[in-house]
Amino acid sequence: MTTIQEAVPRERAAVRREALYFAVRNGKLMTGLTIVLALLLLGLIGPLFVAAAPNEYSVKAMSPPTGEHWFGTTTFGQDIFAQFVHGLRATFAVGVVGGGIAAVIGMVVGFVAGYVGGLVDEVLNMLTNIVLVIPSLAVLLIVNAYLGIRSVAVQGLFIGLTQWPWAARAIRAQTFSLRTREFVDLARMSGSGTGRIIAREIAPNMSSYLFMTFILLFGGSVLIASSLDFIGLGPTEGVSLGLMLQNANQWSALQLGMWWWFVPPGAAITAIVGALYVANVGLDEVFNPKLRET
Amino acid sequence: MSLQVSELRVHYRTLRGDVRALDGMSFELGDGEILGLVGESGCGKSTLGKSLIRMDGRMRHVGGRVVLDGRELPIADDRAMNDFRFKEVSLIPQYAMSALNPTRKIRRMVGELLRSRGAALDAAELERRMDQVGLPREVLDRYPIELSGGMKQRMVMVISTLLDPSLLIADEVTSALDVSTQKAVARALLGFRDSGYVKSMIFVTHDIALTHHIADTIMVMYAGRLAEKAPADALVKAPRHPYTRLLVDSLPEVGVRYAERRLEGIAGSPPSLLDPPPGCRFRARCPLAGDECAEEPPVAEVAPGHHVACWKA
Amino acid sequence: MMLRLDHVTKVFRIGAFGGRTVTAVKDVSFDVAPGEVVSLIGESGSGKSTLGRLILGLSRATGGTITFDGRPARAGKDYYRDVQGIFQDPFSSFNPVFKADRVFAMIKESYHPGVPEGEWAERVRTALRDVRLNPDQVLGKFPHQLSGGQLQRLLIARALLLEIRLLVADEITSMLDASTRIDVLNLLAELKTRGLGVLYITHDLSLGNYLAERTIVLREGAVVEMGPTGDVFGDPLHPYTRELLSAVPRLHEDWADAEDPGTCLYHERGASGGLLEAAPGHLVACARSKTC
Repeated sequence: MTTIQEAVPRERAAVRREALYFAVRNGKLMTGLTIVLALLLLGLIGPLFVAAAPNEYSVKAMSPPTGEHWFGTTTFGQDIFAQFVHGLRATFAVGVVGGGIAAVIGMVVGFVAGYVGGLVDEVLNMLTNIVLVIPSLAVLLIVNAYLGIRSVAVQGLFIGLTQWPWAARAIRAQTFSLRTREFVDLARMSGSGTGRIIAREIAPNMSSYLFMTFILLFGGSVLIASSLDFIGLGPTEGVSLGLMLQNANQWSALQLGMWWWFVPPGAAITAIVGALYVANVGLDEVFNPKLRET
Repeated sequence: MSLQVSELRVHYRTLRGDVRALDGMSFELGDGEILGLVGESGCGKSTLGKSLIRMDGRMRHVGGRVVLDGRELPIADDRAMNDFRFKEVSLIPQYAMSALNPTRKIRRMVGELLRSRGAALDAAELERRMDQVGLPREVLDRYPIELSGGMKQRMVMVISTLLDPSLLIADEVTSALDVSTQKAVARALLGFRDSGYVKSMIFVTHDIALTHHIADTIMVMYAGRLAEKAPADALVKAPRHPYTRLLVDSLPEVGVRYAERRLEGIAGSPPSLLDPPPGCRFRARCPLAGDECAEEPPVAEVAPGHHVACWKA
Repeated sequence: MMLRLDHVTKVFRIGAFGGRTVTAVKDVSFDVAPGEVVSLIGESGSGKSTLGRLILGLSRATGGTITFDGRPARAGKDYYRDVQGIFQDPFSSFNPVFKADRVFAMIKESYHPGVPEGEWAERVRTALRDVRLNPDQVLGKFPHQLSGGQLQRLLIARALLLEIRLLVADEITSMLDASTRIDVLNLLAELKTRGLGVLYITHDLSLGNYLAERTIVLREGAVVEMGPTGDVFGDPLHPYTRELLSAVPRLHEDWADAEDPGTCLYHERGASGGLLEAAPGHLVACARSKTC
């Protein structure tokens, strides 16, 4: 009897347990997640150990990394390590908020349009295309001019509201091809409704794809935030990795040989996006049983 | 003899080890002969077809020789095989639909293909052959997507035999077609042999009834080895290998009433070729199996042209 | 009659905003009784799979009615308790992300939530043995670890667990090897002795002939001939049926040439359009109905 109980378990718990089993044994996923989590942790707890405020000036300007200033200082004597850890926070926040909002809207629109089809699809598709062709930077400019962006969260919100269309289109296309698969018909004939089929038949088949979408949206949000920061439309207070890079560029850090100014933020952005990509490849292996065996 | 294959071994590399898809195949193919190659999925029939023309990256030539018209085919050397492909050995793949470049009109595609092989397009000959398979000439000025499945299959057939190859391999060319189209394609294949466009042909299929209508000889494979090879009529009417017998007996036919009588399949499934068991590979499913079957049965000629690998034949 | 189709028509709208239409099924009427296997034969594009999907409620008919036990067939939990379908590609019928036995868990959740786990597991094992599968060999495996024949039998076992009354089997053997195919067919034949009605959709005339009491031949969405299998295959009246039969490769006979399809025995007798009863239960369409 015990063998049978194992064989026909309550499915949701079982799938999760199994995914976890393979997840912790997947090197790529673990490496990627470790890097991202390490940087996230640095952003979260780093500021607690740094005495200096990120934009505070000091007399030691243009100093290369030393015991006192781990990452050196800027032309104005600001401590780059302090900027870096605060910037990490802001960057993660804008990525999570912007990418998260865009991913949620994109998924809802994409799944519904792709699965339900017909008139619903036509309407949602039209809406998607309209938002897609609106130049989001221009919208953000106008929004900022009228409302003003004060915090990272608001910046993330607006980025999220303008970034979802391509994700919706990609998810719609995937859903479209999956819904003609026969297991979807079989689920319907097992008494499952639309919501359940999307959540339990279609979405699990795209889980790595959805995660990838989120990663790209995350990265996109970080980049857009940096652009906004550059033209002076970023959060009025604080610092971000994008802002640091921009400052470094503006004050000719490269030409002056102040590598310590632009390398840490540049490397951090690359590391975050790169590690998420590696994690995504690993996640694909975890969710696709065919890849597990090889 | 136009084709001689001796002790051919081809393995598939997987991370779990080598899959012995072809494990010592020997056979001969005469001039003007059509050989029907049948077997269940995974028996190695497609691997055999592929190894004679193009091995994919996971395939490895482990041993054995292939001699075509007195010349050895360098089947393990992808580049050296280029001199033979299309001119000496040609293939009609299973999905002709995907073999045709969708962005080119067919006439242009044929021209480009021939030029890449250093041959000029003989338009009159092309049209004559299209007539023979019942394709209208307008087809040349259409895109592949505008043709039906049967038309694409026949077009690929004409293209792949334009240089009069010695050996043509037709890999499941009729499986995706309707019965009436299937018949036309099969007859066109016969016509090509009769007109001498190809010297000999290997017709890979899972359909014994169909291959019986085209092939002169039928070869049955099981688990990477030859089970039986005999003239088509003999194989269908008087099979000697128990596997062939069971296989032929499991085929329902139109025009026969089955109200009382039920046919039977073959219980069990073929052995894994990752680590095949010693002895006869059909032993586990064979109703006649005895102690001697623990030893591998040699291929014996029980009647002229009738080869069987079974101790009980 | 358990399942009844009356003048069923299906028109697909294609292109942007449904600009063009394609008629996939034209005025089809037939019925399936309990304990009967009816085979629906047609080539690709004949509308046979569309008909199967209409009966399963996976798509809606444009015209005509489909009734089950006198009530309109409507997709929903109640309908699927009685009527189930199995499709051509066993590998695409299972969600590749999950284990294959999840199909049983799904119907338990929907239809038998009250059954204790232990009892349900025993029922699953019994159903698996009924379709001649070894439960220990198939439970807890992913779809790609099982063979096509095993997967199709899992789906038949799933239907048995629901105690259905009508099974729509759409080309369920076309991806199987000859040696396992016949076992799946025998299984269907056995189901009918339990009182199950089976609609067997196929392009393969010999398989339809093997299994069915009645045969319906479809062409371009319309019925050209239907009747007892022995009559349709033994005494085919419609030129299209004859042409199909002559194209089937047979083991012990040579390929016959198709007859000239110009003759139509029923045109003079006024069969234009509808079907004419040539013999009891043996209906045939006029071969020239398109032109006359």
